[in-house]
Amino acid sequence: MNGTLAALPAWADALCAFLLVAGAFFAFVGSLGLAKLSSFEKRLHGPTKAATLGVGGALLASIVYFAARDDAVYGHEFLVTLFVFVTAPISAHLMIKSALHLAGRDPRAPDIEARR
Amino acid sequence: MRRLVPAPLSSLALWIAWLMLNGTLAPGHLVLGAVLALALPPLLAPYTRPQPRLRRPGAIVRLAFVVLHDIIRSNIEVARLILGPEARIRPGFVRVPLALTEPQAIATLAGIITMTPGTLSCAVAPDRSYLLVHALDLDDPDRLVADIKARYERALLEIFA
Amino acid sequence: MTAAVLPYVAVAFGVALAFALYRMVRGPGLPDRILALDTMYVNAMALLVLFGLMLDTVLYFEAALVIALLGFIGTVALAKFLLRGDVVEID
Repeated sequence: MNGTLAALPAWADALCAFLLVAGAFFAFVGSLGLAKLSSFEKRLHGPTKAATLGVGGALLASIVYFAARDDAVYGHEFLVTLFVFVTAPISAHLMIKSALHLAGRDPRAPDIEARR
Repeated sequence: MRRLVPAPLSSLALWIAWLMLNGTLAPGHLVLGAVLALALPPLLAPYTRPQPRLRRPGAIVRLAFVVLHDIIRSNIEVARLILGPEARIRPGFVRVPLALTEPQAIATLAGIITMTPGTLSCAVAPDRSYLLVHALDLDDPDRLVADIKARYERALLEIFA
Repeated sequence: MTAAVLPYVAVAFGVALAFALYRMVRGPGLPDRILALDTMYVNAMALLVLFGLMLDTVLYFEAALVIALLGFIGTVALAKFLLRGDVVEID
């Protein structure tokens, strides 16, 4: 299945594998939280942070792999990583705002801290 | 100079993004990217607010490292909470009073809060006096607020001053 | 080492995608479904990058970039629609 992978220097290989495994772990846990937790506010925490770091790990691993293979850095992955990290908080913010709005909860209500 | 390059930072960022997208440093792309980078910010200016001045590049770099470190820490924290029993999670809302006034600075702070330890920014007060934050595990609201102010807001105050 | 872990990593991302799909089918609310879609596009992008690694080609970066852009815009448009009942507001 992976017979096509180029041979890398040992450090790049190890770093790449570590980033992949760490990214996969976080993405997995983030989605597990999405499936498992019981309220929308709790569910929102998993994917927004963990999935972002997960995809970040995969992208960094791919940067390391192709940098070691070709001795050149491809700009695309950097741009994608940057873009994902900048946009994740924005979509999270809009989603929680729309959830509060649909539930009829005013974020300005003075008693919102008390409700859990 | 100022009239020729009205938004030097945006232009530089656009130019670098163009070169990265094309994955080349060929002269043709250097020129084409430069033309686009100079022409786009003035065309977009009517649709955006005036950008505040950024200062203290050192503080920006330091804040970036603090945030990167906190992103990783927050992910381990959140992973532990998700994998543990759900009854142990005590979510809650908390209000963070703001010392920042610049809209861009508040937006940056909101983004940082969302990416770091178990917190999500939900809403800004209409008068920009506080930020409503949802925490996944809220055991000490006062410490959370003090933490956010000390770690991120102080640096942002310096940068956007 | 990378070659050894790659299949397991791909499976982990695939399971993550399945969890998100479960949440999207199950609901219960519209924000949940948007959140699930958001998670799915992020995971799909990661899978695409892994696929590029497996095939040893940089061609898939362009696709990842397009998914990132369209996924974000889709999430924002849907959330905005729930929030205001409108996506593009003209005033």
